[in-house]
Amino acid sequence: MSEANTGVDAETVRKIARLSRLHVSEDRLAPLADELNGILSWIEMLGEVDVEGVEPMTSAVEMDAPMREDKVTDGNVRDKVLANAPKTEAGYFVVPRSVE
Amino acid sequence: MFTAERVADKKDWLSGDDGDWEVIIGLEIHAQVASKSKLFSGAATAYGAEPNTQVSLVDAAMPGMLPVVNEFCIEQAVRTGLGINAKINLFSRFDRKNYFYPDLPQGYQISQFEFPIVGEGEIEIEPEGGEAIIVGIERLHLEQDAGKSIHDLSPNETYVDLNRSGVCLMEIVSKPDMRSPEEASAYVEKIRGIVRALGTCDGDMEKGNLRADVNVSVRRPGAELGTRCELKNINSMRFIRQAINYEARRQIDIIEAGGEVDQETRLFDNAKGVTRTMRSKEDAHDYRYFPDPDLLPIEITQDFVDAIKATLPELPDARRARFVEEYSIPVYDAGILTADKAKGDFYERLAKGRDTKIAANWMMGDLFGALNKASIDLGDSPVSSDGLGGLLDLIADKTISGKIAKDVFEKMFEGGGSADEIVEREGLKQVTDMGAIEKMVQDVIDANPDQAAKVAENPRSMGWFVGQVMKASQGKANPQAVNEILRKKLGI
Repeated sequence: MSEANTGVDAETVRKIARLSRLHVSEDRLAPLADELNGILSWIEMLGEVDVEGVEPMTSAVEMDAPMREDKVTDGNVRDKVLANAPKTEAGYFVVPRSVE
Repeated sequence: MFTAERVADKKDWLSGDDGDWEVIIGLEIHAQVASKSKLFSGAATAYGAEPNTQVSLVDAAMPGMLPVVNEFCIEQAVRTGLGINAKINLFSRFDRKNYFYPDLPQGYQISQFEFPIVGEGEIEIEPEGGEAIIVGIERLHLEQDAGKSIHDLSPNETYVDLNRSGVCLMEIVSKPDMRSPEEASAYVEKIRGIVRALGTCDGDMEKGNLRADVNVSVRRPGAELGTRCELKNINSMRFIRQAINYEARRQIDIIEAGGEVDQETRLFDNAKGVTRTMRSKEDAHDYRYFPDPDLLPIEITQDFVDAIKATLPELPDARRARFVEEYSIPVYDAGILTADKAKGDFYERLAKGRDTKIAANWMMGDLFGALNKASIDLGDSPVSSDGLGGLLDLIADKTISGKIAKDVFEKMFEGGGSADEIVEREGLKQVTDMGAIEKMVQDVIDANPDQAAKVAENPRSMGWFVGQVMKASQGKANPQAVNEILRKKLGI
């Protein structure tokens, strides 16, 4: 997390917001950058812990992924799947055109 | 970082206005795992269902729904990894690849980034008209497919079908080891043959079950690598070659005009045969990968891998070599007959106890020709290996001639019954009774004394008599016998 030291600036916030499809108004960019820098330097504290020889933790649960058999057990719930869509047609979701 | 040491064969160099260029190609193949249900949900994967009927609430990314791994998909990835001589990673993990698109309801694709299930491997390919080369495999990882956007149902809207959302894909990433369009398509062909033999993917490119993203760059032969462009989602061997040809030329033209190639993602327009910008570098995705907190790491054991290894079928390369050896057929024929498992199995049943070369010729010529014409898969062939074998037996024991056999085959293909039945019913048995043939020959000679006289001067005109006799016998006379008797009677 050494990037935290280089600091998050308003431009980075704008970029992340865009990638995340979040609307952040112009006057919130700098304050958000400050807040994020605060959070990052707080996380930085973890760097003080000596983890020499400790296996990286990949999950909070000490177990393998449970698996299922390859069987068709689900689906055929189109009404439920489409229930929240603002617009549907002939069983499709209909959204604003995504290509020119 | 990738390096590309091998310099293209000179015949594959592209000439520009001021010198030669070579094209550097790497491929990402997306192969749909032949599972019945999806990677993380129990919804079906069958092709062609009504829109949004094969979607579970997991695939629709409803809040609170959790993914559960399909064990079969893990097995198929390992199986495929073993088939491409790759390292199997006992520890692998799913990560989220974040981006927004209307056909990606989760807002991220579950993929494997840092710890793929399969690591480096290599395969040998034999491009047409070139020498065999080794292509390195960088990795194979599992990921979800997205849904399907349809843009032609409405002028200003996009229709979305999520049936494909969550279907399991294997992404097979090659090293940039290919140097010509032919090498690239030979590589895809080879991978396709392997996954089909293994049964891990049906390899159906028309349905998009196997498709390729092609990375193309150009450089002066042996020089520093150039900037690459990625050509997305190409689903036929011919389009792969066309797209590479067009793109290489486009890049050369830019560089020779003093410009720079922009690193970007491009689409191949197969109607126009050109590539065009899909997204530019400025708009390039920053995927912000991180481990998917909904999924535990995948830990498999060496025993699990060994058990899969023990069930691997003979792969196309090995089978082809065995066919050449065991059946004494040309390498080219053996390649066609081992292109997939069904063909190889059919041939082995057909060739058993018969003339192996005749079996290969009939299968590749008449059978494949008829299947092609009727757009039928070998699996649904109206003529089985036993059926075709029965026909070959009738040729072998001289019951019918090869020529008549072609007609019988056509009738068999149209559902007219077995070879025996058709030959019996239509009285097609070859006339081998020398007395009967002799009489037919004599009749033709007697009816055409002038012609007969000419044969002495011009022995080649005997062919006309052969034709007449065969005609008189309705094709049933043994042609060898007719020739012999004619020669004798006409004194040549």
